[in-house]
Amino acid sequence: MPVQPITVSELTKRISSALADPVFQNLAVEGEISNFVHHTSGHMYFSLKDAHSRIKAVMFRSRNRLLAFVPKNGDTVIAFGSLGVYEPNGEYQLYVEMLFAQGVGDLHLAFEQLKAKLEQEGLFDSARKKPLPALPRKIGVITSPTGAALRDIIRVLTRRYPGVQVLVFPALVQGEGAPESLIKALQLAQTSDCDVLIMGRGGGSFEELNAFNDEQLARAIARSNIPVVSAVGHETDFTIADFVADLRAPTPSAAAELVVPLQEELQRAVAALERRLAGALERKISAERRFLRRLTSSAALQRPDYRVNQLRQRLDDLLTGLTLHSTHKLALHRSRLGSAAARLETLSPLNTLGRGYAICSDEQGRVLRSADQVDPGDTVNVTLYRGRLLCRVEGRFGHERDEAGGA
Amino acid sequence: MSEMKLEELKFEQAMARLEEVVRLLEQGETTLDESLALFEEGVKLARFCHEKLDEAEAKIEIMVKEGRIEPLEVEEE
Repeated sequence: MPVQPITVSELTKRISSALADPVFQNLAVEGEISNFVHHTSGHMYFSLKDAHSRIKAVMFRSRNRLLAFVPKNGDTVIAFGSLGVYEPNGEYQLYVEMLFAQGVGDLHLAFEQLKAKLEQEGLFDSARKKPLPALPRKIGVITSPTGAALRDIIRVLTRRYPGVQVLVFPALVQGEGAPESLIKALQLAQTSDCDVLIMGRGGGSFEELNAFNDEQLARAIARSNIPVVSAVGHETDFTIADFVADLRAPTPSAAAELVVPLQEELQRAVAALERRLAGALERKISAERRFLRRLTSSAALQRPDYRVNQLRQRLDDLLTGLTLHSTHKLALHRSRLGSAAARLETLSPLNTLGRGYAICSDEQGRVLRSADQVDPGDTVNVTLYRGRLLCRVEGRFGHERDEAGGA
Repeated sequence: MSEMKLEELKFEQAMARLEEVVRLLEQGETTLDESLALFEEGVKLARFCHEKLDEAEAKIEIMVKEGRIEPLEVEEE
């Protein structure tokens, strides 16, 4: 039967996904360190072995810088971590998260197991972390009322923010009953008007800090409606409370610094905004004023009667024009009338009469132009230049003019 | 936002609104009336922020037991 070959990479991937099985994850492995190399990159490479077997292991710098001791060949340790494949070499190895020298006891084991469990439950997810208020109204501090941590916290809070409001919730921070006491204080704080909580204590041994590794406390922190800042021990100490808190502060003093802003800084920030506010309004007003000035400097608004005067002047012009025009026209008419009259004068029969002519008309007043218009014996009127004659026709003679004209 | 009473504002909300008001005013795209209204709002917000910041006296208290709060004396080293 022919076998379909697969690539080396394909095989490696299959191994890799096989090792992702929970069986190979979150392990605690006991063994002796050998071939230990602390590389210049900061990562640690070594093997874990027992009488019969060995397995490669790597602990990256980000993890090993939290180590409380420097591992060396021959140390018997418990390594917490998961198996994985380094694909370029086809090597499976233990990716170590935490390392404890043998003999530290069950506390560390319990710690790593609880951490893995809560992590799997999503209690450490950054998505469920609550943001801290920018300016807390009141800060709740859950710690021992007699510890140095409280003193440190209050000193830093009042230095940064002289008007700070603090309410301390006393709690046992180590020993028997400490987790219960911390949980009770945390629950009490929920009913207060605090809007941020600092929970912590000063440095101590792993055992002394162990109250902050309590599962019920972790769940109480996760349930808190008020953001919780954990502040347990020194920078190198990590507790379950640190992982579940909304923010981990490396020390109690650091927690105080993270929780309150510098009062002066905020006052300066508000003052700066105030100046910008006033400046922006001033600029707006002067811009509007410039705009207004531009408008008012236009001739129309500069002198409100400008337009009226302009119109008045135009009216005057028109009237003057009209008068001139009329006078002119009148003169024209007058002169035309004069010449018409003169012409009329020349046409007037009176002038002709003046030269000695007469107008003869019959009794009906008809002007006589021909001798045959009357008979002898008729009376005719003769109009002279001055006066009138009534005459009788004595005789009638031919009409030379007619004969001459009719030829 | 404007419907919200000033006294109900948190400091950071007041600051955020103040920053927004300043930005709007600086952009200069508002009418004079709007600018004046923004300015007035900004002045109120700034006063509110100052009031919040000017609480001068620290108050350190301790909850002695449930419901009983006493002032806490913190000795200086």
